[in-house]
Amino acid sequence: MQNDVQSEAYLRMLKIRGFEQAVTRLVTEGEVPGAVHTSIGQEAAIVGACMALKLDDYISGTHRSHGHPIGKGADLKPLMAEILGKATGICKGRGGSMHFTDKSVGSIGESAIVGGGIPIATGAALTAQVRNSGQVALTFFGDGASNEGVLAECLNMAAVWKLPIIFFCENNGYAAVTSAAASHGQPDIAKRGEGYGVPGVIVDGQDFAAVHAVTEAAVARARRGDGPTLIEAKTYRFDEHCVGLFIKGGYRPAEEIDHFRNERDPVTLLRNSLLADGMSERAVVEIEAQAAGLIEEAVAFAKESPFPDPQEAFELVHANPIPIRR
Amino acid sequence: MTEKSKRMTYLDALGLAQREELEGRDDTIIIGEDIALYAAGGAYGDIHPSRIRSAPISECGFAGMAVGAAITGLRPIVDLTIANFIYLAADPIINQAARLRYMTGGQFKVPVTYRASMWHGQANAAQHSDRPYPMFMNIPGLKIVCPATPEDAKGLLKAAIRDDDPVIVFEDNDLWGKKGDVPLDTEFVVPIGKAKTHRAGSDVSIISISGCLRHALKAADALATEGIHADVIDLRTLLPLDNDAILGTLARTGRVVIVDPAHRTMGAAAEIAAIIVEDGFDMLRKPVKRVVTPDVPIPFSPPMEAPLYPNPEKIAAAVRELM
Ligand SMILES: Cc1ncc(C[n+]2csc(CCOP(=O)(O)OP(=O)(O)O)c2C)c(N)n1
Repeated sequence: MQNDVQSEAYLRMLKIRGFEQAVTRLVTEGEVPGAVHTSIGQEAAIVGACMALKLDDYISGTHRSHGHPIGKGADLKPLMAEILGKATGICKGRGGSMHFTDKSVGSIGESAIVGGGIPIATGAALTAQVRNSGQVALTFFGDGASNEGVLAECLNMAAVWKLPIIFFCENNGYAAVTSAAASHGQPDIAKRGEGYGVPGVIVDGQDFAAVHAVTEAAVARARRGDGPTLIEAKTYRFDEHCVGLFIKGGYRPAEEIDHFRNERDPVTLLRNSLLADGMSERAVVEIEAQAAGLIEEAVAFAKESPFPDPQEAFELVHANPIPIRR
Repeated sequence: MTEKSKRMTYLDALGLAQREELEGRDDTIIIGEDIALYAAGGAYGDIHPSRIRSAPISECGFAGMAVGAAITGLRPIVDLTIANFIYLAADPIINQAARLRYMTGGQFKVPVTYRASMWHGQANAAQHSDRPYPMFMNIPGLKIVCPATPEDAKGLLKAAIRDDDPVIVFEDNDLWGKKGDVPLDTEFVVPIGKAKTHRAGSDVSIISISGCLRHALKAADALATEGIHADVIDLRTLLPLDNDAILGTLARTGRVVIVDPAHRTMGAAAEIAAIIVEDGFDMLRKPVKRVVTPDVPIPFSPPMEAPLYPNPEKIAAAVRELM
């Protein structure tokens, strides 16, 4: 693996982690309206997938929406402003934490309807095929979402039509507080591809290089016109389903959480691998400082930005505006 | 001299609109079940197969894919065939198509057309006989059209395909075989949002939706022989509603009968009545009347089904009560 790919990956993973740590702090300070779901712990899966794509390839995602556009290279400032509901937000204050979308990096929509982004990306792959543009689409979804029927429909259609799409499951073992064991008749999501003629691959979602390699192979297959791949990255979310959510009794064993935090942290694993590959401690720290600076800048930008004028709620409903009765 | 218009069925008019748009722009595609062989309105074997997508039975999947295709640069037409199947596609239409432009702060336009044909009055029972547009009228971000003539079928479907917003075309299947003159000009479109006056009168307004237009015109003929002159307007577009046309006809007559083939409760007729009461109360000479379908699932047996829908006799009777 090239060193510059690894260091860019490290920067992007740190951006996701730092962004979400900052957002979590802002939640406790009472600055963030609405619900916030973090992907801390899942950064290698996200960045490994995104970095196998080109800037103009499409991604769609989920309610756990921050990591995906960041992984694809989005500017943090408009994202942070969106979290605070500001006019300068990437969605002009109409989307919020669960609906990050940044067209400029190919992010065509994160959906708080679990599974909702799957047909959207499949449709983007259809566009790529009809236009023969050489682009591919990748859709992120959780293990919980894999139980939505629309995944089956889209796997099948993508297989029949050989669409250039990658179905990418971030299997963090839980759907909110329900374990994968309690909700799947068969625990490996990747195996669901077989029934539709879609190859399924399981990969260690904490290992950036491994995820990157399997996704690159799937992207190459898609670009060749050979159709979809279903990738299942086995990963883990370190924090609660939702920031501030307190589940009495606990649904995850403490030892399990500790194990992932201490032994399987994707950021630490990649840091170690960079050092093992010969990068200097100083160079690593420089990347860390760069990420911290970008996050600080984004928070300042978001805080200084104005809220939207409430009258703007009546704009952007339609492309050709129609009168709206108030 | 080339023909300016041609007599054809409502279904052929829809097919012509679709063919013209598919031939005119290579970003237009059609997705639906069995499309390649007998898409409602004709097969398109000579158009590049990449743009003619016979989908597996996966309404939610392909209705959602059309949204993804629309925001990335295509203009998909989704043929959902029987209108009841739109419920299986409700999530992508409502949660995605209708609000992606808004929720992304205007980063995307969503130029997708959904076709849904309302098959009713044909002994198909409750799962194949719905007129579901009122539910979708409650969804900001959509546009909804209901053509009642072959000419409007062509013009409104073309307008829908060319529109940069998601539009649902609710077709009245009772009209599929009915003929009328249809302009052959490939640039002919009927603007979304404008009602059409089919008959001018000063005694009473009959505001009609979809296939009820022909019942309203028959009722108006009968009433004319009694000396009652009805102003008959067809709304054509249900979202947005043409408030000016609604209040305009009210101003001419002061009496209103609304004819709507959907169910009574929370229907389009209810919204029109509310507009009349909110904005035109002083012009009303009599209470508003609705001729609609009662709130029962549609039964199979023809003698049970037929009397449920609006018909010329019910419309004329409602008018007489207002005189
Ligand atoms: C269609 C739908 N059903 C239910 C929910 C409520 N909900 C939000 S997140 C979530 C769990 C999703 O689990 P998974 O897909 O595994 O993603 P994860 O949260 O683990 O990232 C649920 C049930 C929803 N948002 N949408």
